[in-house]
Amino acid sequence: MKGNTLKILVAVKRVVDYNVKVRAKSDGSGPDLANVKMSMNPFDEIAVEEAVRLKEGGAAAEVIVVSCGPSQCQETLRNALAIGADRAILVETETELQPLAVAKLLKAVFDREAPQLIILGKQAIDDDSNQTGQMLAALAGLPQATFASKVAIAEGRLQVTREVDGGLETLLLALPAVVTADLRLNEPRYVTLPNIMKAKKKPLETVTPEVFDVDVTPRLTMLRVAEPSKRAAGIKVPDVRTLLEKLKSETKVI
Amino acid sequence: MAILVMGEHDNTSVSLATLSTIAAAQVIGGDIDLLIVGADVQRVAEAASKIIGIRRVLVADAPHLADALAENVEATAMQLVGDYTHVFAPATAFGKSVAPRIAARLDVAQISDVTAVESPDTFHRPIYAGNLIATVRSTDPHKVATVRTTAFEPVAAIGGGATIVHVKAASDQGISVFVSREVTKLDRPELTAARIIVSGGRGLGSGENYAKILEPLADKLGAALGASRAAVDAGFVPNDYQVGQTGKIVAPELYLAIGISGAIQHLAGMKDSKVIVAINKDPDAPIFGVADYGLVGDLFAVVPELTASI
Repeated sequence: MKGNTLKILVAVKRVVDYNVKVRAKSDGSGPDLANVKMSMNPFDEIAVEEAVRLKEGGAAAEVIVVSCGPSQCQETLRNALAIGADRAILVETETELQPLAVAKLLKAVFDREAPQLIILGKQAIDDDSNQTGQMLAALAGLPQATFASKVAIAEGRLQVTREVDGGLETLLLALPAVVTADLRLNEPRYVTLPNIMKAKKKPLETVTPEVFDVDVTPRLTMLRVAEPSKRAAGIKVPDVRTLLEKLKSETKVI
Repeated sequence: MAILVMGEHDNTSVSLATLSTIAAAQVIGGDIDLLIVGADVQRVAEAASKIIGIRRVLVADAPHLADALAENVEATAMQLVGDYTHVFAPATAFGKSVAPRIAARLDVAQISDVTAVESPDTFHRPIYAGNLIATVRSTDPHKVATVRTTAFEPVAAIGGGATIVHVKAASDQGISVFVSREVTKLDRPELTAARIIVSGGRGLGSGENYAKILEPLADKLGAALGASRAAVDAGFVPNDYQVGQTGKIVAPELYLAIGISGAIQHLAGMKDSKVIVAINKDPDAPIFGVADYGLVGDLFAVVPELTASI
């Protein structure tokens, strides 16, 4: 089968867990991340799941996961290996990485590994940038399909359905291509204990940005962070009649 | 200062989101040009030339630009962006797809989802699902940004007199092909443009209940329908109904949150609404913390009563 040689690269990011409510540090210099739980970015988890499903369905031969960041990203990568990825690459650095830097590092990994498909989450839930996949596609001169809700490989091309404003759009991309995963692409599996054990034995390679000759210096300076102005709670109304009276007297829309 | 705004359009007129993006550009000042990319877009170019506050409408018209494929839009924009200090795009599916490509090709950072312009190089943007607002400064020679459109009042679509200038379309990149578009047929206003939104959450219990309880109310109010992520995850409604940090960001005149508990991700998408009404049986639901008017009660009784009383 022709698809058997297809390699998929998936990028994963270690972020503050979805359930944590992040607050600003008291001096406003940044988010307070001391002792908060970290997890794999949920959209990246969907990306890993999709790649593993493509492999399980016979459309791909190998799934490689890559993460850029501090050494703790190894946990994130092990988690991806437990979902079913075959091997992992950590581009290790203590420098704060912004999307452009990550895109350059991923481009370097793409050049070395030559995958036919790269899947990323559409955005990370920490900086909410929604940039890395598109930037990687541009740097590598590749086609992209952002906000994917359905992916299929057929006759050497990739058919992707995207969630766009007000509906869905289907594109056909030449391979290699970049896909960013949206919420509805799949529902990631729960990792089982045997798979967590198995993941410990899978290969995990560590490299540095210097190996790839990539300058990861941040371009944006965070001057301060603040909590958004709170919307004051209003009043409770006892019944529908009072609600309607309030809406009629105090808004012009009803 | 010269700013290029990436225009989003439906071949007839530019989107409301684009008008808000121009408003954000006006905060910086200087010359603002609007780029319209597409096929047979003479009509939209003429309409766009009447928008207040822009100097020129740059038009790239070619058959392969018909479906706004990100690769082709980027290639055409790249021929022009070098002359501009700023490139702004609406933070919509279109802008989010194209702007990071332009930023990467310029080797500059992108500032996503700008909610305020502090100075030509300093911007506010939400992070951590809107839990925090970061103030960021870019030291790059070009500032590429997407604009959170609900944060800026759109400029007037008529009354201006911009010059229309035709520019060359870059050749077809030939790596992506448009296949089809399935536009959700809406008898109601689009979520991001609606004056009233009726939004439902997990409390509705099922897709049938969602339709049975909320649609009559939305029909009566001429409202758009929205949903929380919980309702989307549970399969009550399609994903494009989702209001929240990872869905649509909305700011209507009136937002009715029905059976929605008010997770932070949801609040991030609707808390700029002018008036918020919450109907929920749990008096401690966080949604009441942002609602102007809260009604604690069984939505299955309250909503039909509300519908009947309007």
